[in-house]
Amino acid sequence: MSIRGETRLWIAQRASAAVLALCVLVHLAVIVYAVRGGLTGAEILARTRGNAAWFAFYSVFVLAVTVHAPIGLRAVLGEWLAWRGRSRDAVLLLFAMLLAWMGMRAVLAVFA
Amino acid sequence: MSKWVAHVHRVSGIALALFLPAHFWVLGQGLEMDGVLRWTEQPLVKVAEWGLVVLLAAHLGGGLRVLALEFLPWRDWQKSLAAAAAALTLGWGLAFALAL
Amino acid sequence: MSATLRVRVWRGGAEGAFREYEVPRHESQTVLDVVTHVQRHLDPTLAYRYACRVGMCGSCAMTVNGAPRWTCRTHVDKVAKEGRLEISPLRNLPVIRDLVTDMREFFDKWARAKGQFRGERRRSDDFARVSPQSEKRRLADVAIECIGCAVCYSACDVVAWNPGYLGPAALNRAWTLVNDERDTQQAARLRAVAGDAGCLSCHTHMSCTDRCPKALSPTAGIAGLKRAVAAAALRGEL
Repeated sequence: MSIRGETRLWIAQRASAAVLALCVLVHLAVIVYAVRGGLTGAEILARTRGNAAWFAFYSVFVLAVTVHAPIGLRAVLGEWLAWRGRSRDAVLLLFAMLLAWMGMRAVLAVFA
Repeated sequence: MSKWVAHVHRVSGIALALFLPAHFWVLGQGLEMDGVLRWTEQPLVKVAEWGLVVLLAAHLGGGLRVLALEFLPWRDWQKSLAAAAAALTLGWGLAFALAL
Repeated sequence: MSATLRVRVWRGGAEGAFREYEVPRHESQTVLDVVTHVQRHLDPTLAYRYACRVGMCGSCAMTVNGAPRWTCRTHVDKVAKEGRLEISPLRNLPVIRDLVTDMREFFDKWARAKGQFRGERRRSDDFARVSPQSEKRRLADVAIECIGCAVCYSACDVVAWNPGYLGPAALNRAWTLVNDERDTQQAARLRAVAGDAGCLSCHTHMSCTDRCPKALSPTAGIAGLKRAVAAAALRGEL
């Protein structure tokens, strides 16, 4: 990959990391709140279904993950498995698409 | 110290990347939540959940450390960021454990 | 304190083995003293490097009990647990023989990172006026004392994992030049330190900063390079 491409990936990784830092903090707080509150399934869904704000939040969360996880794995594959070149990038792009599809499917199931 | 925080950051990232598709799949099933929640009552699942929260907190702590080192003006105290990252991890893990 | 030291020393090239020697222990003794004793009194075939023996040149850098250090500045008391020492050549460099490594790649990467100054003034021009208090000069001065001993390069995991990675010393030197207002190669230098082989591959393990015998912080310089490279990319200048 060109140095311009590599640099863009690095920037995307840091930008998505910043977004995820916020998303994860909120997500962890929500989970602890739900578990502590002993909410039932029906109670949880009553709060999440049709909630546009949470739908938007988790969609952003999924998008950020779709950017961040594959780029992170890219370094690991290159450094620990000596896997570099186009095949690595192709596989990671597929992984990103998989995360996006499954992630949005989950968001729709819980928040739509 | 920093080296170990970085290694934990990497390993937790790999674990989370592998876990996420499974997490998304379970949520996307659109099952009645109660069925899923009953399944999560099992002790083994509770332990796994705690493990996931710790991994997430560890990765977040390590990640904040990297962002601080790369973007904030350089100061000596940044070396102790490694310790702060570890503390953050423990904090969240404990909070979750208490909430269980 | 034991009267003798049990010292394991690497003998051979990339293939080889540790050989054990018994060396008399003294009150004021460095690891370099120990290696020198082995070569002069026990086994003249041992190959090793040193020069100044007073902590100025960096030639005596070796791996002592798993960590890279200057052997002339490592007191035996500090590292010999129960009177035992293990001495091997620096990691991440090809071994020529015993404790001597091939430093060529280390210095080649220095050159690849555009670690050389290039100015435009001629002999007949007036001196460049650079304020020592300027932000850039202060940043450069903090990193300028590197003597190229390769301890940081040896300590770096990314160098071990990524053969093309330029490494902390080369990048640190590039950073001092990025901050040199007289230098005319800035654009080319940023391109040289970007990419997979460059600063972006640093994962801030900070082993370099941890082990540098001159207390330099390549991690800080590399972080500065990362910001400079990213800014250049966003401006479309990379």
